Amino acid sequence: MLQFILRRVSLIIPTFIGVTLLTFALIRLVPGDPIEVRFGERGVAPERLAALRHEAGLDQPLWKQFLDYEAQVATGDLGISVVTKQPVWSEFAALFPATVELSVSAILFAVLIGLPLGVVAAVKRGSPFDYGLMGLSVTGASMPIPWWGLMMILVFSVGLGWTPVSGRISDVFFVEPITGFMLIDTWFSDDDGAVLSAINHLILPAIVLGTIPLATVARMTRSSMLEVLNEDYIRTARAKGVSGLRVVLVHALRNALIPVVTVIGLQVGTLLGGAILTETIFSWPGVGHWLVESVQRRDYPVLQGGVLLVASLVMLVNFGVDLTYGFLNPRIRR
Amino acid sequence: MAAIEALPATVRPPPSRMAAFWRSFAENRGAIVGLAVMILLIAIAIGADIVAPHSPIEQFRSSFLTPPAWIQGGSFDFPLGTDDLGRDILSRLIYGARLSLIIGAMVVTLSLAVGTLLGLSAAFAGGLIDIALMRLMDVLLVFPSLVLAVVIVAILGHPSLLNAMFAVSIVTLPHYTRLVRAAALSELARDYVTAARCAGAGTLRLMLSTVLPNCVAPLIVQATLGFSSAILDEAALSFLGLGAQPPTPEWGTMLAGALQYYQRAWWLLTFPGLAILVTVLAFNLFGDGLRDALDPKLRR
Repeated sequence: MLQFILRRVSLIIPTFIGVTLLTFALIRLVPGDPIEVRFGERGVAPERLAALRHEAGLDQPLWKQFLDYEAQVATGDLGISVVTKQPVWSEFAALFPATVELSVSAILFAVLIGLPLGVVAAVKRGSPFDYGLMGLSVTGASMPIPWWGLMMILVFSVGLGWTPVSGRISDVFFVEPITGFMLIDTWFSDDDGAVLSAINHLILPAIVLGTIPLATVARMTRSSMLEVLNEDYIRTARAKGVSGLRVVLVHALRNALIPVVTVIGLQVGTLLGGAILTETIFSWPGVGHWLVESVQRRDYPVLQGGVLLVASLVMLVNFGVDLTYGFLNPRIRR
Repeated sequence: MAAIEALPATVRPPPSRMAAFWRSFAENRGAIVGLAVMILLIAIAIGADIVAPHSPIEQFRSSFLTPPAWIQGGSFDFPLGTDDLGRDILSRLIYGARLSLIIGAMVVTLSLAVGTLLGLSAAFAGGLIDIALMRLMDVLLVFPSLVLAVVIVAILGHPSLLNAMFAVSIVTLPHYTRLVRAAALSELARDYVTAARCAGAGTLRLMLSTVLPNCVAPLIVQATLGFSSAILDEAALSFLGLGAQPPTPEWGTMLAGALQYYQRAWWLLTFPGLAILVTVLAFNLFGDGLRDALDPKLRR
């Protein structure tokens, strides 16, 4: 197992360096000198520009600049936003809980609904339910998310008035941000209305963000279950008189879950990418919304730092999934 | 020759590969529906100038936000209504179909061509080149696709349809590269490749005319599914204001344009989204059908 872990680590280090190389290149490839961009339309005197370039190390050879950047990243210094003058790291840390809250809710929605549906479809293979579910699953995977989100708002918020249109909580509540997770913070605020308001704000974005994972989980569960249900040990279990429900839920589902768990883990990238759209639609104050704004405001340090953090997060989770998979399935440890 | 003709009529030749493929493809009703919708869309896209009742950018100043024809206040001049600038939505959707298909085709062609080249190079060169290329692809795969696309649009400077297409091509590149490399590696170990090499075939001939034709099946499937994800990603970028710019009748741009008015004029939002959904769904159904028909092992 230790050897397996070490081998995986040796694989992600070059990938991480590659990612930093790309984010390093990003700020040099975008049009405009990074210093001049900071001054914007006002402009800056040539001597002052040269002094500032020297200060920022921009007159050094590229390889030296890259090493400096690596050293900076290693100490957690991701630069300063051009617009707000705040460190990129602290901006990210303030917004990240909102994205986590949304993503976790979305994946819970996807798993709690997709898993049972996939199991039932596999057991009733070839039935109208199976066909219907698979049709819905392709439709879900083909869904243009911006449209889906706005249609949900149109129907449930504007038409029926059930849920609010945007934000994380209604303006009438003031909640002390302790953890940054609205559900937890409102829970401790002793104001029942605040918790309800937070849940109400979360429902639609979570459903919209969870739609594509839902389609993936349902499909994957179904095909994994079908494979397991054909195994000899399932026939043996049935032959010795185990009840149908027990065969499905205990004998089959447990083994069918391994690939499904992997797929759920790998949805993190999908969720973070989807967060860009969902957070923009619902004005959800999270990392995705922040990244899009940074492009629109040409706040390149934020884009650079934010993208690096998002990529690192995906790598970290993939690494975790890899390890779990190796733990669950000794065959792939080799 | 005469002997063959003399065979009794009951002995039929085995079905050709094409016929066998078609038979197994046609079993899948979803795939047939997908194919039909695709053909319809292509016909509409080609004949946009004839089919569309109006120009996609002409503004009718007497009819802003006219509802669809079947609702009170609507008229058959504008079957699906007009937008906030008095443009006919149906005509914009029809021209948008042309745009979406062009986007899909360009993105798939570009990433397919470059991906094939890189994948073949990695498989044939091996060693350091292989490792370097595959590590690069790993790096690209770490970024969530939309995040990477946003970054590339930022690097390219100003948002435009062309830049967004380029961004989406790069994002999908690793999938093709990995696929081609894996397929080429497994073919390279086969005897017929060794035979061709012994017969004196050069590297380029081995690559393009010996190995590549045998890697085509998974590539076709990937390209079909890539078509739909290209349309989706491009629409998402345009929605964020990072792709096609108004007044281009692109479906994602139409969604973004609907933002201000959709709460009182639902048709501004509903129809462009449905157009995207139907198109993407058609390509996905067709792609799934192709995969099942081309690779019987994957059939469930």
